Amino acid sequence: MDISTTKAPPPTEPADARPPADDRRKSNSATRPGDRVFLGLSRGSGIVLLTIMGAIAAFLTYRTVLALSDNSGNFFTTFEWDTAATPPKFGIPVLVFGTVVSSIIALVIAVPIAVAIALFISHYAPRKLSGPIAYVIDLLAAVPSIVYGLWGALVVAPHLVGLYSWLDDYLGWTGIFEYSGGAPRSLMTVGILLAIMILPIITNVSREVFLQSPKMHEEAALALGATRWEVIRMSVLPFGRSGVISASMLGLGRALGETIAVATVLSPSFLINASLLDPGGGTFAQNIASKFNEADEFGRDALIASGLVLFVITLLVNGAARLIIARRKEYSGANA
Amino acid sequence: MSTDTVIKTPAPSTLSAARLPRWAPLVVALGSAATAVAIGMVAGLHSRLQWGMIAALLFVVASYVIAARVEGQRQAKDRLATSLVWVAFLLAIIPLASLLWETVARGSKVFDMYFLTHSMGTLGDREVGGGIYHALLGTLQQVALASLIAVPIGLLTAIYLVEYGRGKLAKVVTFFVDVMTGIPSIVAGLFVLTFWILILGFDFSGWAGAMALSILMMPVVVRSTEEMLKLVPNELREASLALGVPKWRTILKVVLPTSIGGITTGVMLAVARITGETAPVLLVVWGTNFINTNPFEGAQSSLPLYIYQQYAAGNSASYDRAWAAALTLIGFVMILNLVARGIARWKAPKTGR
Repeated sequence: MDISTTKAPPPTEPADARPPADDRRKSNSATRPGDRVFLGLSRGSGIVLLTIMGAIAAFLTYRTVLALSDNSGNFFTTFEWDTAATPPKFGIPVLVFGTVVSSIIALVIAVPIAVAIALFISHYAPRKLSGPIAYVIDLLAAVPSIVYGLWGALVVAPHLVGLYSWLDDYLGWTGIFEYSGGAPRSLMTVGILLAIMILPIITNVSREVFLQSPKMHEEAALALGATRWEVIRMSVLPFGRSGVISASMLGLGRALGETIAVATVLSPSFLINASLLDPGGGTFAQNIASKFNEADEFGRDALIASGLVLFVITLLVNGAARLIIARRKEYSGANA
Repeated sequence: MSTDTVIKTPAPSTLSAARLPRWAPLVVALGSAATAVAIGMVAGLHSRLQWGMIAALLFVVASYVIAARVEGQRQAKDRLATSLVWVAFLLAIIPLASLLWETVARGSKVFDMYFLTHSMGTLGDREVGGGIYHALLGTLQQVALASLIAVPIGLLTAIYLVEYGRGKLAKVVTFFVDVMTGIPSIVAGLFVLTFWILILGFDFSGWAGAMALSILMMPVVVRSTEEMLKLVPNELREASLALGVPKWRTILKVVLPTSIGGITTGVMLAVARITGETAPVLLVVWGTNFINTNPFEGAQSSLPLYIYQQYAAGNSASYDRAWAAALTLIGFVMILNLVARGIARWKAPKTGR
């Protein structure tokens, strides 16, 4: 589904696209009430979709304005989230930090592995196996995020204690990898979990792009005596670079907005902690999910304000990813 | 693969370098696995995961070194890349296997008919027993309602984009459908919360959850349906139109039936996706321990939300319930996935190419 946009445009053009018949077609369809109703319905649905997007932005902005007008702190620089206080004081820098850091960890882990798996499916795996393997990767995408959360908190986190102590022993001096014991419900754990969750989408999009890489280039490289790795490095990877970038951005969009898995695994605090291994921090989505039940009406507005920021960020990331894919599509004429 | 044949076919000549035999990777793999087990035993490492990592590392290093000595630098690099790619694949299998295994193992503890047919009711968090009937009911109702909203809109939009759409509107819709696929689920929940509950003043209900879920479902349905409609051969459309059949009847009687298998698959995958969504349900359905058969009034529960709440309760009885509910949810989603892909295979449209 997501992958679709990377495919070459299909050869099919609806039958009535031929220009000469254009005028007649118009008058013709006007005489058929069924056609007009159907066109109206389907175009209407498209417009409904656009309206929903617009409404999301409008309604969230409206409540955000309400919340911000009563905020005594600065929304962008206050390191607190105290909406029940009088006057209320809240800001998002801690959330920005947590969201960005956990997503970056996820990308750093997931992108190389996903690209390798995509290459495995497109160029390395035996032909007969590549279908089932792609299916197994899709299964990873089918697992609900709450199950990832449960698994992350109760199975993965306890297993990470050893790794974190080891990192603390050898890299603790950097300050980033300090670990003071206890349940490792930290941004690092969240990042590892997110990496597993965004692996399928990055793999799928990259795989589609790699499969499209020009066969001629590959065969030319082989004919010059290149090894399989050299073929990939010289003809597949350069061709797929923009595809991998946009795939990573789609994955980033997922990681930024992931809610319940993060809320389950992270033990949040409203502090920026330099150490990634110690519990603490928070993300936009996680903050909304965990604070929502206790929030009063104003508290909800404040959470909506942070939700709007998340919405805008994911919109920008996803939009950029789609634009990169779309731009690439125009060049894929070289593909034929 | 053409790659192999091309590399291997050249007739032996004085120019060809030494090659490792075909069974070499297997031997190296077995050797490094054995060494890893030995190291693990000697060093007293308990985690099988560490054994696996040591084995993988040994395999990568050993095959590189051996290849570099026998075959030369370029071939060694090739083997390094090959083994790294294999290791990456195996690395991705570990979490999936572990997740499925743990869910089945821990979930089967309290999973039985009683669990499926009873609600939590007034049962305390720490007490053993209780079930997911109320959550199951809520999930089914909310997902059904969400599909009722999202499927028609999604189908019609896809039809618009493929059969009618040219010009600016279609381009804008395509772009925003793509962007909409990436909307975080919690934002969809926040939207329904503002619009339906805070501004229009309705109460938390299953219906509100269904609306939020339908927002997440629509773009998925549009995308997959669009793909399927594009696969319908144009000759079919032309034949129908040439017989004087109106366009709308052509779409309903020719285009849709041809692609119905793929569309069903897409819809089922979309259903599977929203069934597991927790965040919007958490915001607008609120959750309850009692059976509420009316999705339009009062708080309901849902499976993902139930798991979240049982996890949050934080004791062994509730963890058992959470795992059993996770098993139910995963089972449901996986079966939907398998059936959907089965249908896709069985009813794959004949593209005529």
